[in-house]
Parts: sequence; structure tokens; C-alpha cells
Amino acid sequence: MDPQAAKFIGAGLACFALIGAGIGIGNIFGNYLSGALRNPSAAPGQFTNLLIGFALAEATGLFGLLIALIILFG
Amino acid sequence: MAGHAAENHGPMAQFEIKRLVPMELFGYDISFTNSALFMVLALVLASGFLIFAMNGRSLVPSRMQSIAESLYEFVAGIVRENLGEEGMRYFPWVFSIFIFILAVNMLGMIPGSFTVTSHIIVTFALALMVWVTVTLIGFARHGVGYLKLFVPDGVPIWLMPLIVPIEIVSYLIRPISLAVRLFANMMAGHTMLKVFASFAVSLPVVAKAFPVLFTAAFTGLEFLVSFLQAFIFTVLTCIYLNDAVNMHH
Repeated sequence: MDPQAAKFIGAGLACFALIGAGIGIGNIFGNYLSGALRNPSAAPGQFTNLLIGFALAEATGLFGLLIALIILFG
Repeated sequence: MAGHAAENHGPMAQFEIKRLVPMELFGYDISFTNSALFMVLALVLASGFLIFAMNGRSLVPSRMQSIAESLYEFVAGIVRENLGEEGMRYFPWVFSIFIFILAVNMLGMIPGSFTVTSHIIVTFALALMVWVTVTLIGFARHGVGYLKLFVPDGVPIWLMPLIVPIEIVSYLIRPISLAVRLFANMMAGHTMLKVFASFAVSLPVVAKAFPVLFTAAFTGLEFLVSFLQAFIFTVLTCIYLNDAVNMHH
């Protein structure tokens, strides 16, 4: 295989990490919303926790994106 | 950036570092670059705004003063919530981090400008500064007892060989995750805007409106992301600081 092609395929594969980030972020916001609709008065107090969860879930996916960028431009 | 016909206009061209004032010191390249220019600009604008807005110090705040005050209250709320009232001694540091990241992110949203935080070395330097400071504070306050952070309460002793290495790795990876989150969000967002904007050039006339509208909508989203990433960086700084200051696990 052409090394250049293998490089691009590898970068594409590394982006699969973002699937997990998508599922994780969807889970967090979905669960927050269902919880907030059940008990709207408690929702604002958990907003910071929501954003922390979002940030932590997103970071794992972004590590994969980082690998893709290193493969492409590193 | 405009007006150079021969320039590269790929989606990554916006992240290019340009030497504005070439300088060299002991063989190191310390040129004043566009990145440094935007950092200085963010610093000058942020501190200039805060000094100017708080100049009156009236009891009934003017419009400018109430913006500055709500910025203060916003960050003070984060610090109080995570660190408690005694954590307010670290407030100036946290506030500076928040304002700096917010300012460079927002300056980066101006079309044609440069986003400082889209370079991992900048965000990594910020994250490492946070991590080293927090670790030093932890050791200064608790001495060697700070290492108990790696030994959580209520874990059975036979699990310790597993839990302690995990805790140590998760502590050591903090600066990397903090840096990568900010960098990747800013870089990916700006690249996506550029890619979709370039579709407006390549698509046929009938479809040109879609990428333009999409880019406009996503510019709004990018403003939200710019703010959110500055906020998350600040919140995580406070959480790490809380580990070091209060140490309950």
C-alpha cells in the first residue's frame, strides 16, 4: 500500500474515537434533560456538574482527534 | 492576512505562525509573532477594559461597570462553589486565567484574526502552569501528606495495587487533558468553519446560500464553545485546586 494512503486511512480510523465522545456527550445531556424535566428546581444546581461531565467525555474523543492530527501533520 | 494573493488558503492556513519582528537571543528564536501579538492584544484589551470599567467605582454601577462586576461575580461564584470561602485567596489567579482564555478565544473569533489557543503549545503551557501551581500548593499545605490523594478512602486493601497507579496516572494526565481539550476544541471549530466557508466557493450558484448560512450559524456556536471552554478550563482549575487545598476525596 502507498504509505501516503495508509497515513490517511490511519487518520480516518483515529477519528473513530469521536464516536465514543458523541455517545458520551449525548448521554450526559440527555440524562440531564430528563432529570431536569422531572425536577426543574434542582436543575440549575447541577449545571456545573453537567459541563464538567461534558468536558470529561469530550476530552476522551479529542485525544483520538489529536492522534489523527499528529498522523496528518506531525 | 488579506491582500496576499499568493497566500495559501487551505483550512489550516489560519493557524500559521508568522514572524512580525524577527529576534534572536542566545541562538533561540524569540521573534515577536502574530501569536504573541494577539496575546498582548488580549492582555491589553482585558486589563484596559477592567481598569476603565471600574474607574468610577460608583455604588450604582454604570453599564460598563456592571459588565465588569458580573464577570467578577461569575468567576467568584465558581471559586466559592468549588473551594469555599477560604478559597477566595486564589481568586485573582483563577480570574486571570479565565479572563485571558476568554479574551484570546473571543479575539480569535474575529474573521481573519489569529486564535492563540489553537496551538497546543500555548494551551499546554497554561495547563502545565495550573498543574505545577496546584501541585506546589498541595505540597505546601499538606507536606508529604498530599500523597494521600492517591490513596482514596474506603477502598479495600487488596485493591490498592490497582487503584493507586490509576490515581497517579489520572493525576499526571491532568495537564495533557486540560491542554488538549482547549486546543482541540478551538482548532477543530475554526477548521470546520473554514472548510464549510470554502464550500461556498466550490458549490454551484444555487447551493451557495447553504454553506453561508451554515457558517453563520456555526459562528454563533463557536462563540458559545469559546466561552464554554474558558469556563470549563476555569472550573477544572478550581476542582484541581480543591483537591490540593481541602483534600477530601
